[in-house]
Amino acid sequence: MTVPSISITMTGSGGSGVMTAGNLLLEAAGRAGWFGLMTRSAGPQIRGGEAAAMLRLSSEPVLSHKDRYEILLGIDWKNADRFATEIPLDGDSIVLGDGEPPKVFSEAAGQQFQVDLQKIAKGIKGGRPNMVALGVAAALVGLPESSVAQVVEKALKRKGDEAVSAGKEALRAGMEAAAHLPRFDQLTVDAENPDPLAVDNPSNPRWNISGNEACGLGAVRGGTRFVAAYPITPATEVLEWLAPALPKLGGALVQAEDELASVNQIIGGSFGGTPSLTATSGPGLALMMESIGLAVASETPIVVVNVMRGGPSTGIPTKSEQSDLNIALYGLHGDAPHLVLAPLSIADCIFTTQWTVALAEKLQTAAILLSDQALGQTRTIIPQQEDAGIVAEREVPTVLEDGYERYAVTDSGVSPMAVPGQPGGQYTADGLEHTPTGMPSSKADDHHKQMDKRLRKLTDFDFGDNWAVVEGDEDAETAVLTWGSSYGAASEALAELRAEGQKARLIAMRLLSPAQPERLAEALQGISKLLVVEQSHGGQFYRYLRAYYDLDADVKSMAVPGPLAIRPSDVRKTLTEWS
Amino acid sequence: MVTTTEHIASTGGFEDSTAGSGSCPAMAPKDYKSGVKPVWCPGCGDYGVLLSLTKTLAELQLQPEKVSVISGIGCSSRIPAYLKTYGFHGVHGRSLALATGLKVSRPDQTVIVASGDGDGFSIGGNHFLHACRRNVDLTYIVMDNQLYGMTKGQASPTSAPDWEKGKLTPGGTGINPFHPLVVGLASGANFIARVSGTDANGAVPILKEAIEHPGFSLVHILSPCITYNRDQLAWKKMVRPAPVEATTDPARAARRLMTDDNLNLGVLYKGDRKPYQPTLEPSINEVRELEGQFVV
Repeated sequence: MTVPSISITMTGSGGSGVMTAGNLLLEAAGRAGWFGLMTRSAGPQIRGGEAAAMLRLSSEPVLSHKDRYEILLGIDWKNADRFATEIPLDGDSIVLGDGEPPKVFSEAAGQQFQVDLQKIAKGIKGGRPNMVALGVAAALVGLPESSVAQVVEKALKRKGDEAVSAGKEALRAGMEAAAHLPRFDQLTVDAENPDPLAVDNPSNPRWNISGNEACGLGAVRGGTRFVAAYPITPATEVLEWLAPALPKLGGALVQAEDELASVNQIIGGSFGGTPSLTATSGPGLALMMESIGLAVASETPIVVVNVMRGGPSTGIPTKSEQSDLNIALYGLHGDAPHLVLAPLSIADCIFTTQWTVALAEKLQTAAILLSDQALGQTRTIIPQQEDAGIVAEREVPTVLEDGYERYAVTDSGVSPMAVPGQPGGQYTADGLEHTPTGMPSSKADDHHKQMDKRLRKLTDFDFGDNWAVVEGDEDAETAVLTWGSSYGAASEALAELRAEGQKARLIAMRLLSPAQPERLAEALQGISKLLVVEQSHGGQFYRYLRAYYDLDADVKSMAVPGPLAIRPSDVRKTLTEWS
Repeated sequence: MVTTTEHIASTGGFEDSTAGSGSCPAMAPKDYKSGVKPVWCPGCGDYGVLLSLTKTLAELQLQPEKVSVISGIGCSSRIPAYLKTYGFHGVHGRSLALATGLKVSRPDQTVIVASGDGDGFSIGGNHFLHACRRNVDLTYIVMDNQLYGMTKGQASPTSAPDWEKGKLTPGGTGINPFHPLVVGLASGANFIARVSGTDANGAVPILKEAIEHPGFSLVHILSPCITYNRDQLAWKKMVRPAPVEATTDPARAARRLMTDDNLNLGVLYKGDRKPYQPTLEPSINEVRELEGQFVV
């Protein structure tokens, strides 16, 4: 079924408060019992650049944006035309705000309105145009004033009573100024109970969370207690969320001098027995590669969360792309089996990060988790997410006798790992190839046995059903195969097609390495047409599938580079036109 | 033992490691040797460093499992495998970073970092600056032979500019050597000393003091390479105890180190900066208590 929703973008120059207004609108929607998501788009400037808050409000949780926006509201229009390709409008859209919008918008939209946000704000002591705009937006989408006023109060409380009353007055003025404007009634509010999620009524609690925060939460739920951090867009918020959280849990976060240091710090933390993690983006991941190999060779569990952005090189730091799959899979020198996973949605950032921490610890290896900017820096309203209860469990020797072998060649490939402080467990972890006791060795036999065990512990492990999400019709002949954040658009496209009576199946992979050919073959049973959807220019995912999987179907690659998000209609169109 | 391992699942519930610290028989230097035969050339200065380290650990009566020795790549970085402590032989230049992560999360461990002039001051130069600055309670011993030995004799940051035998710099580097102690002081190292690798007994009290001194301790070790620069054998006769007492005044230490000829042995600077160490004391019991911030 298709989810009723309304899409609105607010734009303004940096400092105009457009992101604040967007955040408050999203939060208010949550209070009114709705769901939604908000993606931020901004130029590279830290302050003073153009910015856009793109929201989709809905009656059910949603994973991606729609193909078009009903409302474009400009607090001002400075450089807003730069967002033209990101904000598709059509004849049913309205564009409104202060001053003359760029032609690209006014020509596309069906109707245009002037709202004197500045002038209205000036008439209110302490009033700000963004709060007036919030009122206009709330009125257009049909949000009750009470829901919005609550979040305004929450947001402005620390600035004092005057700021709160000015904010509320501006909000009301905005709603009044919108009185003569068209209404969008896709979403409804229960008139009897307009604030079902007000603080004093916490039934069915709802969360407002970003993908980066969700990664942080998943990390600590999984048992991560040491994090080393080097800031990089768009991953920084993972680290910023963890910085105050870890000390509360008895852990620590250290800001490192560079990514070479951060990855080695977590190897040290993990060597000491503490589940350890860092977060970075493409350029940082490239710098970490040598030491991720050290974690593999020394069998020291670590997790590197890589929040992907447009590449190569500095690329497009503020926009999303799924183009670090190759480096994550193949970037290590030598034969270095390791884990590569990807969350499928913002909510799934919690689960998949938690699972990744547990897997790295269980299998004593390096894990790269491929989130991306579209997940990381988007906020969403979702139901409260229960703890999956998966916790790091590292195998530690309980009895230590003479001749302890840190790298014992075991059936499972996993060898009990002594923790510094354990008497009799002393060993030297080594990036050099080694014997079972850890002694450096260049003998063929040692090399082969250690490589076999490092591979075996991944290939023989039963990853269970979480390797992918498989949804849709059992008797479908057409399937979409995707990974990571592209799941959102693909899922919505297939839901629409199925609502129209077509049969289709969707497989979205969380676990990319080690490959799961038997599981995929089972998931693809009966499929004769397979569309592979990903956000990369080179078809990295498609080529990875070709290398590791026998695809017994007619296969088509839909590889679209960033920075524009893949939308449900793109997937639909490709499927429909493929005959 | 208050460590992060107490509240994580990964320790497998082993009993604390303090057991035995009062009841074990006295440890001798040989009890810290692993028995692995070093790869070093006969006559290498690093043998003396290994000996002085085992003697120092015996002096301190540290249980081997309570000590971790962390290294990078190079002749000097082979040392962890020759010790019976916990050890990590990591990648080139990153030992200080790895050791930082270990010590911060496991402050109960005594963490010694072993490096060389190439590993520590060239490829690992940035970490050296920030380790001094951060002042984690680490002891950083740098075996300086003014060249890359493991790759068979190239110039290092501490090579003399006119050393002509460096295989990548025929005719000499022509550039001034790096002065690790000056840079260490300027970056915030909390303890600075120099010892001779060929005088194990002379090195022991200084290494002991370095390990016991809170914060980041830098010990510069003159460790001759007899294979690629035999002239360094003369160091043994050239070194002298520093003619002055250790100072706690960084300005005075700076003046002394700027005029130091690389041959003064002893403790050269002792600071009193507070070491960097998070408390690792939880203030909440469950992750759930963090989740209220997400509720709409």
